[in-house]
Amino acid sequence: MITAENIEFKYADGPQFKFPTIQCSPENPLLILGESGTGKTTLLHLLAGLLKPTRGSVVIDGSNTSNMSGATLDKFRGKNIGIIFQTAHFVNALSVADNLILPPFLTGEKIDKQKAIATLERLRLGNKANKKPAQLSVGEAQRVAIARAVMNNPRLILADEPTSALDDKNASEVIALLEEQAKNTGAALIIVTHDKRLKDHFKNQVTL
Amino acid sequence: MNLIKISWSNIAAKPLNTALSVVLLSFGVGIISLLLLLEKQVTEKFDRNIKDIDFVLGAKGSPMQLILANVYHVDAPTGNIKVSDAQKVLKNPMVKEAIPLAYGDNYEKWRIVGTNFKYPEHYGYQMKEGRLFSAPFEATLGARVAQETGLKVGDTFTSMHGFDNQANEEDAHHHDHPFRVVGIMENNNSALDNLILTPVESVWLVHDHGDHEGENHEEHAHDDHAHNDHAHDEHAHDDHAHDDHAHDEEASQEMTAYLIKKRNPLAAMMLANVVRDTNMQLADPAIEMNRLSQNFGLGMDTIRAIAILIMILSFVSVFISLYNSLKERKYELALLRTMGGSRSTLFRLIMQEGLLLVIIGFALGALLSRIGLFVLSSFLKENFQYELNDVGISTGEIVLFGVTLLVGMMASLLPAVRAVKMDISKTLANA
Repeated sequence: MITAENIEFKYADGPQFKFPTIQCSPENPLLILGESGTGKTTLLHLLAGLLKPTRGSVVIDGSNTSNMSGATLDKFRGKNIGIIFQTAHFVNALSVADNLILPPFLTGEKIDKQKAIATLERLRLGNKANKKPAQLSVGEAQRVAIARAVMNNPRLILADEPTSALDDKNASEVIALLEEQAKNTGAALIIVTHDKRLKDHFKNQVTL
Repeated sequence: MNLIKISWSNIAAKPLNTALSVVLLSFGVGIISLLLLLEKQVTEKFDRNIKDIDFVLGAKGSPMQLILANVYHVDAPTGNIKVSDAQKVLKNPMVKEAIPLAYGDNYEKWRIVGTNFKYPEHYGYQMKEGRLFSAPFEATLGARVAQETGLKVGDTFTSMHGFDNQANEEDAHHHDHPFRVVGIMENNNSALDNLILTPVESVWLVHDHGDHEGENHEEHAHDDHAHNDHAHDEHAHDDHAHDDHAHDEEASQEMTAYLIKKRNPLAAMMLANVVRDTNMQLADPAIEMNRLSQNFGLGMDTIRAIAILIMILSFVSVFISLYNSLKERKYELALLRTMGGSRSTLFRLIMQEGLLLVIIGFALGALLSRIGLFVLSSFLKENFQYELNDVGISTGEIVLFGVTLLVGMMASLLPAVRAVKMDISKTLANA
């Protein structure tokens, strides 16, 4: 469960944003819609603790991330929040499988390479485990990014325009995978997008 | 999975950048560490051989040559002096001890030195087998001589006239009287290792061709080698069965040099006066070796400066390659932060990459210097019977390693700090 009440953010020498209250539970994935310039990415970064709200607070399963800082916040984020970006990025020098075990490694969790490989196999990407990320197609990369986001069984999954770079087929596959993974791990899922294709898919919506 | 693995993968993913940094550093380190190894060993060898020898008395000529020939046994002697002349100097009270050295022959390029017990005692010899020479034509071998020639106690060999470097086939001739090996010394890393020791009388007997040869002899050692050898030859074979009158003639006999230990610091001036206006000279090994290493040192300094320059370039290259990769990997680094990595994780990651580069460079450089030493050593062994075999790590190298790590850290510091200070939100938003 995540609650962000009346959060505001102002960039130094930049625009100021006021956001409506955001609430999301594992049962009801939330779609946040908005055209560019409405602060979609800013909101996602606030929810992820990558930015600190100038007013208001973000509470994830009872923990107020707005009060955390430094390594504590980094670790909390790594353990409890899985983030998916518009274009999937990886540590390019490492193999696909090694990229998957980065989240448990960086948060000091138990590293389970078998689990990573099993996950890849479920995504029909088992043959890419030892390949470099650069060898994945855009759709494959996004699927691996989702798998990576849920490696630590997070409480919250944040997706920033996960489908806007994909064609219809890949887009619906990615959305289905996101929903499935969120359900499996019992995580709240928030998708921030301007992709109209997703509009009919989610009941719970907020427009900025 | 660990942080080193990530650092390592990042380095390995850019083989060209990595190779440039590593190769530059390994050359810089290789040259400096070779110089350090050489300096250490050459100084040690030189010092060990000079050990308590204050002067060398010998024939006029280049004082450095006199030292090189009689202390280090690497150059041709300057010639011979008459024992009767030398006695005038040696009886001076300033002379505490004088060790005679008489050259003339070699066996398979190993020098045969006529001397007395004082010489091996001076270098702290120890017998491995047998005993020291006691009668003419008995020979005691240095460890390396025994090892290289395969001669054993009880074996006999015939000497060849001349000195190692000059002994080519046309020039040299055999002497008939065989030497008998009576002992082999332990290796002790001094000049002894490369010499065949025998009583002075053996050298005299081999070369004793009667009074009329005396003058010839002196010149012969100076320059006119081939020519005089003929004169020498004619008499050599019929004449040297006559042990009997060798001793009577001691006063007119010749010696190549005397190693002198002085009684007190005034000796230098006093003895210099005695030697003046004779055909002899008195050379101070410490002064001559200083002169040599100064000339030598100038070249070493230049090489060292070039090596340091190469090392500086390698650090610049480490810095540039980290800095550039930082630009390319900005997004990756931000990503590590979103997955739970902290600022210190990124800092360590970048520092490690820099340090890995310099450590690999250093290790390769150290290896390179050993290979260089090996090549140099086999060259020296072939040409001067000098061996450099200590490949251990010198204090200088430990210091060099410390400096390498330190400068490597400095080169990595700015990129690492930049990674720490990066604004992840902005980086991710602008990707």
